[in-house]
Amino acid sequence: MLEIKNLHANVDGKEILKGIDLTINKGEMHAIMGPNGSGKSTLSYLIAGRDGYEITQGEILFNGKDLVALSPEDRAGEGVFLAFQYPVEIPGVTNTTFLKEALNSIRRYRGLDELDAMQFVKMLREKTKELGVADDMLKRAVNVGFSGGEKKRNEILQMAVLEPSLSVLDETDSGLDIDALKVVANGVNALRSKDNATLMITHYQRLLDYIVPDFVHVLAHGKIRKSGGKELALELEQSGYAEFDVAS
Amino acid sequence: MNNLSPGSMPFIRQYKNAADALSHAGLDWLDALRDQGIKRFEALGLPTPALEDWKYTRLRPLEDTEFQKNSGDAAVDKGMVVPSLFAADKTHPKIVFENGRLCLEQSSLDHLPDGLMVRPTLDVLKDDPDWLEKRMGSIVGESGRAMQALNAALLDGGYVIAVSANVHIDQPIEIVFLRGGLDHPVHSNPRNFIDMGLGSSATVISHHRGLGVGAYFANAVTEINVADGARLNHYRVQDESKDATHLLSVHVDIGRDATYESFGLSVGGRLSRTEVHARLLGRGGHTAINGAYLMRGDEHCDNTTVIDHFAPDTTSREVFKGVLDDQSRAVFQGRIVVHKDAQRINGHQLSKALLLSDAAEMDAKPELEIYADDVKCSHGATTGQLDETELFYLRSRGIPEAQARNMLIRSFLAEAVQEIKDQDIQDAMIERVMHWLPAQCFQAEEWAKP
Repeated sequence: MLEIKNLHANVDGKEILKGIDLTINKGEMHAIMGPNGSGKSTLSYLIAGRDGYEITQGEILFNGKDLVALSPEDRAGEGVFLAFQYPVEIPGVTNTTFLKEALNSIRRYRGLDELDAMQFVKMLREKTKELGVADDMLKRAVNVGFSGGEKKRNEILQMAVLEPSLSVLDETDSGLDIDALKVVANGVNALRSKDNATLMITHYQRLLDYIVPDFVHVLAHGKIRKSGGKELALELEQSGYAEFDVAS
Repeated sequence: MNNLSPGSMPFIRQYKNAADALSHAGLDWLDALRDQGIKRFEALGLPTPALEDWKYTRLRPLEDTEFQKNSGDAAVDKGMVVPSLFAADKTHPKIVFENGRLCLEQSSLDHLPDGLMVRPTLDVLKDDPDWLEKRMGSIVGESGRAMQALNAALLDGGYVIAVSANVHIDQPIEIVFLRGGLDHPVHSNPRNFIDMGLGSSATVISHHRGLGVGAYFANAVTEINVADGARLNHYRVQDESKDATHLLSVHVDIGRDATYESFGLSVGGRLSRTEVHARLLGRGGHTAINGAYLMRGDEHCDNTTVIDHFAPDTTSREVFKGVLDDQSRAVFQGRIVVHKDAQRINGHQLSKALLLSDAAEMDAKPELEIYADDVKCSHGATTGQLDETELFYLRSRGIPEAQARNMLIRSFLAEAVQEIKDQDIQDAMIERVMHWLPAQCFQAEEWAKP
């Protein structure tokens, strides 16, 4: 599904990614772990298509298509979703309006009919029930006055509504207490299927207690230094990132 | 006379050469007021940026074009559907003017509730001149301002709204001004009056629309008295043509425990300036003067407010937000004066502008003058651009860039629009905003409710 080949990228002329290779197949759950400043967030932004990053070498293919050539909205249309570390507040726009705009934009991209208000509300009710999200959250302006936990839960709700084939979760565990973390993790697990894939980006092993990955990769100094199964996360918890501290 | 600023002379000449119906009305007090007006205007001339108050707004259209009094030409026919802020089947009191001329057929002035008067100023002048003699100039005062003086001299229309003591008017009262659409540049100088009796309440909406092409200049003055315990919600929509020059000066006296709340939305007009002068004269008085503006092309929009806290325990609030595209320009001048002995005052002022283009310009000038010691006054003025992270967030959810930008503009204006207490009017304002946005991408009704 996702193939990243020898990806080099600069931010403000400084090389942040120095040759990433990563392949994610349908049905897989991957975790990228690494210390601060290793390039984790840069990688997630490059997949989602944020401006301000210069790719100097390599490519990102999504279902065989060159992702780099697409705008962020077209990538969403192709099935890419990024759950933000710091979700953005949009005053004066209700969550319902926002979700409907987003879903119908994606449906238009895919050549599907837009959902009308009735169809949309019905679908939304089912999703909120599934995830245990209070209806009240739908009437409020997007993320305005939301607690840290509510913001992350809202990201998961968006993911449930938009049904992406690849979800990138950027530090989804940051700023969450253990109860909120469990709620969010349950949401991610519930949305997991054999047809979609997830890439978690995290500094801490904690999240992986609740969302169990198939593959764990260690990213340090702009390169994947080590890959393995879920046991690699446990190893890292013991030893920390010290062994990856030297750039090679 | 050689010192007069450019563009002043035609107005003076017109006053002196063309006697009109009003000069034969035989009202000595009116003759005196008009005479005094032209003398003052002759002494001052059109305002220029040399004046501190007019530093950022130059009346260039008045320098370039000679505007004539409308001789009675009609730009619309009787069958025309007059734009309204509300659904066509709503039966609320409505008065319609076209280039200063009353359109009785399109107005809705029958069956007004008891205790409400809605009439053209010229009619009241004809059959109840004493009512106007008591009020004309009573709130504007000897302000020494040139445009207000010119309005008195060239007075040619306007409306009168009076609500009797303790009467509450539930239906909004809508005043529609249609202007332009003529093959020659015209001016109009309406003088409006709103008189809110003790403990009364009402909502008044003035709705200014341009009729396609045709330059025009409106120089309006509105005098408002909100008596003790009364409440006036005063809303304004300005949706005028590219050739429109519109100066509006609102002067309001607010009594004890009385409230004057206003919101002005400007979505078009070559040059517009709205001045609101509010005087809080009684303990417990409150005023909220809010607004939003969306400008593009060469448009220029000036909001100038002066709030005088004369009485203790009075509060004021101002929230202005604007969006500027192309090489448009906006001005916000907000002055709050807390007079001696006006203690326990609370004043809040906010001006924020969003620039969509590098060539757009915003000038903000907050001024606080405080002569009392127990005062809480805050003000803030910011100018910024669309936030890249917010834009990326929306786009990453599949929303195309143009639509995402619209969504953020709408979001930016929400803070000001939500100051409007009445939900129907809030929705109607938002609909006007949506029409302004490039390539309207979503239905206005979905944006309702915060």
